[in-house]
Amino acid sequence: MIRDITIGQYYPINSPVHKLDPRTKILLTFAYIIALFFVDTVWGYLGVFLALALAIKVSKVPVKYMLKGLKSIVVILLFTVVLNVFFTTGEHTIVDWGFIRITWEGIFFALEMGTRLILLIVGSSLLTLTTSPIQLTDGIESLLMPFTKIHVPAHEIAMMMSISLRFIPILLEETDKIMKAQTARGADFESGNIMQRAKAMIPIMVPLFISAFRRAEDLAMAMEARCYQGGAGRTRMNKLEYHKGDFLAFGFGVLYIVMCIVL
Amino acid sequence: MAIKIKQLTHIYNEGTPFEKVALHDVNLHIKDGSFLGIIGHTGSGKSTLIQMFNGLLKPTRGEVYVKGINIHEDGVDKKHIRQSVGLVFQYPEYQLFEMTVYDDVAYGPKNLGLEGDALKERIESSLKAVGLDEEFWQKSPFELSGGQKRRVAIAGVLAMNPDILILDEPTAGLDPKGREELFSQLKEMHETRHLTIVLISHSMEDVARYVEELIVLYRGEIAFKGDTREVFKHRERLEEIGLGVPQIRHIMDALKEKGMLVDTDVLTVEEAASKLIACLEKEVNNA
Repeated sequence: MIRDITIGQYYPINSPVHKLDPRTKILLTFAYIIALFFVDTVWGYLGVFLALALAIKVSKVPVKYMLKGLKSIVVILLFTVVLNVFFTTGEHTIVDWGFIRITWEGIFFALEMGTRLILLIVGSSLLTLTTSPIQLTDGIESLLMPFTKIHVPAHEIAMMMSISLRFIPILLEETDKIMKAQTARGADFESGNIMQRAKAMIPIMVPLFISAFRRAEDLAMAMEARCYQGGAGRTRMNKLEYHKGDFLAFGFGVLYIVMCIVL
Repeated sequence: MAIKIKQLTHIYNEGTPFEKVALHDVNLHIKDGSFLGIIGHTGSGKSTLIQMFNGLLKPTRGEVYVKGINIHEDGVDKKHIRQSVGLVFQYPEYQLFEMTVYDDVAYGPKNLGLEGDALKERIESSLKAVGLDEEFWQKSPFELSGGQKRRVAIAGVLAMNPDILILDEPTAGLDPKGREELFSQLKEMHETRHLTIVLISHSMEDVARYVEELIVLYRGEIAFKGDTREVFKHRERLEEIGLGVPQIRHIMDALKEKGMLVDTDVLTVEEAASKLIACLEKEVNNA
């Protein structure tokens, strides 16, 4: 049930996108997101959509699998769209009931926000789907390295990220297990009103928090037992290097940004 | 017939790269009042199988009957199934959440709609059945020792008043005394309440001592099923699939190899002792 959440989960196959240097993918994802916010025409969105479609195609991750990740944020998405419909002011009113006013501007703006959110989430989940957590943090650490001069704790940030990412599937599995155990004791998470459902969550949340703290403590202990003392003096097993594919990808990235600015 | 499983196949994450066949074409009958053991290598499908028994998992193919009812048919009340098939997961103490032991045990029966004296009676009798005295009832479950927590969790499932109790490695991580106590309590419940018990275990000794019937799973299929004594006769095959026989069998087999005319068909140390005495007496008489 809960395992259906695919955001942040690595999809282990072999594709040109998987083989890219993680730094390339992180930078391109950033470029993708920032450029997305400069786009404000239908043609622009179409261009972004095509670029994303191309990237997904090359990554060989099944589209069905990517869209499954969207399912978990449908509520947030609908919420944003509906709020925008009601609270955007404009000139061309469609409905006017005094306290509720729907305008054409509102509808367009809401649709734009919705599209933007979907493109944003699918685009960024492509990064985590094609990059293993270890690669991802290696990339982040390496990109943050220049900032250590101004006392940014690059290694610590990367380590915290990699631990949190690593814990997502573990905690999901744990939640699944606890839910099953409570279901076996007659718990019901699917019916009742909001208050009843929230209350039904207590038997899941309490054990989950306890186990998260226990795991954190165990992990700290295990890291110390293996002489972990932060990043200073630590060597790496896999050095990051840019290859031909990465330059090609950067080329596409530049093209993409140009397109976003032009359209 | 307590539980019947027909041509059951279960595949996790079907159609993704994580696809895994956990069970393949399993057929199984569990009789009322039996004490059944399930053994198998890690990943052989034991845990998946027991989650089929109370409908927590829906099989990819195949049918599950609990007391004659096909549990995945439309209109079957799952709560009712989960009441009659109590499931104790591995390390069940991690599911405790209430402020007191008493309230935690009350969670299951309350979900079934029990109130007042009936509820009280249920809670107290199940806490007593697992050997937790009144002094613990108002304590926080998190103050207790590992073995005591485990018993609170088992009491929480017993309080649902199941006809069939399924336990996934109930003694994992317990000390020898805790294991002994838990097993003797289970045996007593089996005998006095006529509870059908299904037990997953990695200890061949425990299985040999307590269980009447045995199922051996290997790579999602049933490798052996039958009387415990019969199943343990297949020593070689059991060792091939990462399991084994009780250690006492090794001693008896070794003695026989050295030329002693001893009966090696033993399950427990006590049994082995009496067989050995019989064998030695015979030798003395012959000499």
